[in-house]
Formats: sequence, structure tokens, C-alpha cells
Amino acid sequence: MTDQANTSVLRLKSPGNIGIATLIIAAFWFTTLIGAYFTGISVQTLLSDTMKRAGMNGILVLAMVPAIQSGTGPNFALPVGIVCGLFALICAIEFNLTGALCLFVSIILSIPIAVIAGYAYGKLLNAVKGSEMTIATYTGFSITALMCLVWMMVPFTNEKIGWFLGEGLRETIQLGAVDAAFIINNFMAFKIGEIIIPTGLLLIFGFFSVLVWLFFDSKSGIAISAGGINPKFAQATGLNIDRNRILANILSTVLGAIGIIVYSQSFGYAQLYTAPLMMAFPAVAAVLIGGATASRANVLNVIIGVFLFQGLLTTALPVANEIFKGTDLSEVMRMIIQNGIILYALTQVKRGG
Amino acid sequence: MLLGEENKVVFNYKGILSWVLDNIVTIIFVLFVLFGFMISKDIRMNYFLSELCDRLFRNSFLVLSLIIPVLAGLGLNFGIVIGAMCGQAAIALARYHGLGGMSGLLFCFVISFLLAVLCGYFTGKLYNKTRGQEMIAGLIAGFFANGVYQFIFLFMVGVIIKVPATHPLIMPNGIGVRMTVDLVPVENGGLKFALENMYKIPFVHALLVVALVALVILFIGYYLNKKRGEGYKNRPVSFGFNVLMCLLIASMAVYVMAAAPKLFGVSSNLNAIASNLNKESDLEAVKSELRAITSEISAIAANDDVIAPRLNAAVSDINDMIIPNLTPAKLNAVTSFIYATASDINTAAIVSSPNVMVSNFMQVRTVPVAVGLLIIGLCIFTSLIMRTKLGQDFRSVGQSQHIAEVSGINVDRTRIIATIISTVLAGWGQLIFIQSLGTLSTYSAHTQIGMFSVAALLVGGASTSRASVKNAIFGTILFNAMFIMSPTIGESLFGAAGLAEYFRTLMVYGVIGVALGLHVWKANKKNRIVVE
Repeated sequence: MTDQANTSVLRLKSPGNIGIATLIIAAFWFTTLIGAYFTGISVQTLLSDTMKRAGMNGILVLAMVPAIQSGTGPNFALPVGIVCGLFALICAIEFNLTGALCLFVSIILSIPIAVIAGYAYGKLLNAVKGSEMTIATYTGFSITALMCLVWMMVPFTNEKIGWFLGEGLRETIQLGAVDAAFIINNFMAFKIGEIIIPTGLLLIFGFFSVLVWLFFDSKSGIAISAGGINPKFAQATGLNIDRNRILANILSTVLGAIGIIVYSQSFGYAQLYTAPLMMAFPAVAAVLIGGATASRANVLNVIIGVFLFQGLLTTALPVANEIFKGTDLSEVMRMIIQNGIILYALTQVKRGG
Repeated sequence: MLLGEENKVVFNYKGILSWVLDNIVTIIFVLFVLFGFMISKDIRMNYFLSELCDRLFRNSFLVLSLIIPVLAGLGLNFGIVIGAMCGQAAIALARYHGLGGMSGLLFCFVISFLLAVLCGYFTGKLYNKTRGQEMIAGLIAGFFANGVYQFIFLFMVGVIIKVPATHPLIMPNGIGVRMTVDLVPVENGGLKFALENMYKIPFVHALLVVALVALVILFIGYYLNKKRGEGYKNRPVSFGFNVLMCLLIASMAVYVMAAAPKLFGVSSNLNAIASNLNKESDLEAVKSELRAITSEISAIAANDDVIAPRLNAAVSDINDMIIPNLTPAKLNAVTSFIYATASDINTAAIVSSPNVMVSNFMQVRTVPVAVGLLIIGLCIFTSLIMRTKLGQDFRSVGQSQHIAEVSGINVDRTRIIATIISTVLAGWGQLIFIQSLGTLSTYSAHTQIGMFSVAALLVGGASTSRASVKNAIFGTILFNAMFIMSPTIGESLFGAAGLAEYFRTLMVYGVIGVALGLHVWKANKKNRIVVE
């Protein structure tokens, strides 16, 4: 028992080991890229889109790291963080803020909301140890459904977020209307040949990645990881496991909230109602593709995973449309790859005590 | 044993509280439905009962298919979605080859069985590799299988599997299966309502039969317990209550049948004639049937002055408009005319009913006996299989995999068998579901099945480790009652019926989340007590 724990703690510092799944997906991506080249699709555009979509989803994927490290498994309840972020964004628009200020205020506002929600969610997870993933999934689903009622009933009056007639908020809210779309994307963006580099987007993703990396190098970060690897051993060394798990899930929820704001500005729309329902699954798949397991993950896994997964989806769409004309194969392919990789990761989970 | 004693000590002093906590989901739902009845004045009893009855017969089979995996310790099998897809594949295949009727149904059941055994085997393998996480694995496996299903139905059909583009099942461009496929009515040799219309009886008759059968079962159980010397199992209070309920329902049904005006029977006879009318019908026989009906109506009209004008109008309609026009060329027009006349007579029957209850009960849609028999058969099968060697293996594996393994049970194999049974039953359940709807929504009919069935079972008082036929049937009734009531409740609570849809979704997800959460929480608490 102790030996096992010791080796696990030692492995804590080793870099993310690239697994076979990562290599397969990478090979697949390169194949589609070559396919794209031969079918006459602009590879530069594909690479630009890949970078844009990776930056867009990056922080949402990053939210998986604290949850996985703390031992609660991938954060299938990412919608909890997402609705916090969306709510903050809607509030900022309701206050008639525009442009960068709108995004900044919504990020600031989303943090306290997400901290409270994350705390409650962490408490819940501590009560249901052993079945965290299933419960988390249904927590995410329930919160999304609950927020559907909230979106219908909030007494916000700004015409940019409400329907022209009747009550309730719109399904999709144009951020262009408040000049908040693509602000981070376009910040210091430049072109190399035909490839557009969304500097601001990559910078903010990089910034949060470094933050998470630094956190997991700090004392409390290492304590969280240790608790995730072997809770009994960590408890014996005097760590407060329950507190650490709550802390990790607060962090994850906050990252989810900030992630959706960055995502929305890059997408150009804030999607309310049932849109967040399935958003956790692509994020989970991305981190797993990057080489993480359901119990170990690091920032490197996130970066590799998000670029590979989004790259594959971006490239596959036009290539698939070229081969199967008039169909949407990429959505089906996303379902198969995304859920296949999650299933694969689940089969690797060792049975908890 | 120790565990049980510990429990008693801890929970006894707050027995009621723990009972409430144990049944919180059920209690919430019962209160919800009662609340719905209280606030909604415009929801008519006949509409409610018709809907409930339809939904009960449509969904019970699927919910029942969840029981065996629960008993085998696999938790709630969200993977029944995979079985449902097998069922739909069978229906699509039958539709493609133009099969229908009894042979078509049999074909569907066999194909669905074969596919589901294969898929169930792989699902079972997966569950063995994801021990302790079966529920999330089942959920994700459902999503994954949905991707594969869409790949086959949208891209392989037409590209790899060659099909004629002109087939009504195939999209106009020749690739993929259409989003909604209307099944051919069973009269024309299709699958639509193939089981549903096999044999139908009025609702009150079904009510009477069910009440009487329940009564017989109650007495047999009582007698057997006594004979085996297990008389302590017979609780006089609950036995008396159950008998009283059965007698009440039976006598109500008898009263309705006796008090209901004969006109209801006339109207349903007319409906039956209209629905059986097709090109092969013997038109002379139909004419003489119609003449018999007119004389019946005239006899009733002579005794009731209030509705006599309506009835006389109906009689002249039949004599002057329907019978002369009963020729093969005008069949469609005549059929709809017969339906219209039947509904006129129905209205007259409501007017002449002695009270609201009678007319309400008489207006409930008829009950599909064949589906009902299948559901009862499955209930019996589920109860019986637990008494066999295999069933005991399920139970022991469900209680402790380790102890089962030590005592010589092949745990992996047992779990796979449980999954296969569940998947096969789900496939058949989906067949019943689709033929009852009459249309196949190729890409959406199966997606919600897992969630709704699991929620229904949980509402019935089941948990991840305990489920029974009673839970399934009661849960299906209660869950669907909520579904029918929720627009009304949404309207009166939030002032908008549009909210009902979201509210319903919240209830489904919330039920599953709360029930699973409470179960794990209680199990963890129990463990802690034992450890301490």
C-alpha cells in the first residue's frame, strides 16, 4: 500500500506521457490534412481555424485539470461553470456595457458566482464519493434545465438580450450588438502568409494555462494532486482531502465560467437555454485525447488535446463534405471520436475503494 | 446482519424522516400530480386517462427492461438506448422490404433480438471493464452507439449499401434514411398499430379485468403464505386495504358499464365498422350491419325525448347518405362520414349519461390487449427468472461480486447475460413503442428513451440496487401522469405553457440526479457507520 503510494507521488512530477490514443488521433489528423491538400482545400485556412477553435475551447478544457487531479474525475458538470459565466455575461450586457469593458466586467462578475456554485458542487461531490462522474453528469444536466427556467423568467429589460415580444431571453444573443464579439481574437492578431494568428486568444489561453500549471506546482496544488492519487495516504499525512476536493472543483467551475465567456466572444454569440447541456463532453474528450486519464491530467495534456481534437474537427468537416457531398459527416464523426475516447478512458479507470 | 442492526439503531428514532428520505422522489411526484389536479379545472378526466393509458402501454416494456441489470448490481442500464436502436433498425428493415402484419412483427422481433444479443454482449463486456462506473459508461456508450447508428443510417445507406432512391424510406437524393418514416397502416400490410389494433377492449372492461385479477392474486398470495406457515408475511391492514381498493375499482367499473347509455356501444360499433372498411370488405354485409344499427338507434330515440332529434338525424344520415353511397368508388368519403356520425352519436350519449363520471369513463380510448398481455408476460418473466439458478446468480452478484466469485459463480458471464437480457427487452420495448406511435422518427425516437425510462423507474421507488416490477409499473404511471399534467401546472405556476417543456426536462434530470445522489450518500453514510 505504502509502496504504491510512494511511486504514485514520484510519478506526480513526470511530464504527461503521450499515449497510443493521442498518436492515433494525431495520425488521423495528419491524414485528413493531407487529404485536404489533395482535395484542393486551403490548408492555411484550416490551420487558422484550428488555432481559433483551439483557443476558443482551451480554457473550457483547462477546467478539467483541477477536477481530474483532485480525484473527482473529469468535470462532467462543466455546465455549472458555463451557466455562471453566461449569467455574468448577460448581466454585463444588461448594465449596458459594451466592448472590452463588457467582457472584462463579465469575467470579474463570473468569478464570485462560480466560486459559490463551485463550492456547493464540491460539497455535493464529497457526499457522493465513488459515483462522482454519474452524479456530476446529472448535476450538469439539471443545472442546465434549471437555468432554462431562469432564462425564461429573469426580469431583464435590455432589448439586446430579450425578445422583441413576450418575456424571457433570446436563445442566442449577438455579442456584435454590444461590440463584444471577436475582441480577444482580434487583439494583436497578425497574418503569416494566409494563416491568421489570433494572438489575443492564444495569449489568454496561455495565461490561464500558466496559471493552472503554477498552481499545481504550489503547495496547495500538490496537496490536491496527492489527495487525488491516494486519498487514504494523503489523509494519513494530514491533508484535508474534502477541503482540497472542494477547492479543486471551485477552480474548475471558475475556469468553466471564464472559458465560456472567451468561447462566446470568439463565437460571436452567447448561447443560452439547452446549449450548455452537452458542452462538457467535447472538453472531456479533448483532455483525454491529449493523453490524460480519468485520474491524471496536466496542462500539457490540455494543450496537445485541444489542438488535436479541434484540429481534427476543423479539418474533417470540409474534407468529409468534399467526399460525401451534401451531408454533415463531421458531426457524426465528432460523436464517435468524442464518446469513443471517453469510453476508452473509462475502461482504464481502476476500481475505487 | 450487523449492517441491518446498525441501521435500526441509527434510524429508528427518526423513522418517519428516514421513510420520507427513502421515498422522497416518489413523494414529490405524487404531490406534484395531486397539485396538478387541484389547480387545473380544465383537464378532463377522459383526456387524462386516455393519455395515461396510451403512455403506460407504450413505455412499460422499456421501463421493465431495466430491472434485471439493477438486481445484478449493474445499476441503471442507460445502455438500453442501444437496444432501442436495434429495435429501430429492425423496423427500418421491415419497412424497406415492405413487411407488415403478423409476419412483419415476428420478423422485427427476431431481427431486433439478434442485433440486441450482439450489442448487449459488447455492452456487457464494456460494463465488465468499467466496474463501478457502469452508469456513466452506459450513458456514454449510448451516445457512442448513437454516432455509429447515425453513421450507418445517414451515410452507409445509399453509399455503401445500395438502395433505390425512389423508396419512401430513403431521402430524395438517394443517401440516408429519412428523418421521419411513416409506417404503413396494418390494414394495408404494414406495421403501424400492428400490435395495438390486434384486439382492443373498452377501458372500463380492462379496468374490471385488472381489478378482478389483482383480487385473485391477492387471495392466492394470502392463502399460499398461510399454507407455507409464513402467515407473519400477511399484514391484515394492508391486505384489507388492497382488497378494498380492488373491490372499489371493480364495482366502479361495473357501475359505469351498467349505467352507461347503450349509445356508447352503438357509437363504438360504428367506429369499428369505419376502421375495418377497405376495398376487400363485403359491402352488403356492412349495409345490413348498418341497418341493424339504425333500428337500435331508433329504439333508443323512442325512449329519450331530449336526444331524440339528434338520433333521428343520425338515422336519416345513415339511411340516406351512407348506405346508398356504399360503393367501392366512394369508400373514403363514406368512411369519414361514418366517423362523423359516430361522433354525433357519442355526443348524444354524453348528453344522456346519468353523470359526468360515467361519460368520462366511457370516452377513454380503448385498450390494446395484445400489448397488455406482452407487458404482463414480461412482469411474470422478470419475477420468475429471479427464482431460477440464473436469477439467484444475478442476486448474489448484485450483492457482492467478491463473495459470488468465491462461491463459484462466473461473475463476468452473469453480468454479461444480465446486460444482454436487458438490451433484448429494450429492443422489443422500442418495437412496441414505435408501432404504437405509428411513425419512426429515425434519429430522435431512441435518444430520450434511456433517461425517461430510468427516471420512471426511480420515480416508482427503485434505486440503483433495488428494483421490482411494482416499482416499474407504478413509476411509469406516476411519471407519465406528471408528463401529462406539466403543461397545465406550468401555465398556472409560471403563467406560460412554454415553460412546461423546460420544467419537464428539469424534472427528468432532477429526478435521476436526486435519486442517484441520495442513494450514494446513504450508502456512504452506512459504510461510515459500520467502519466507526
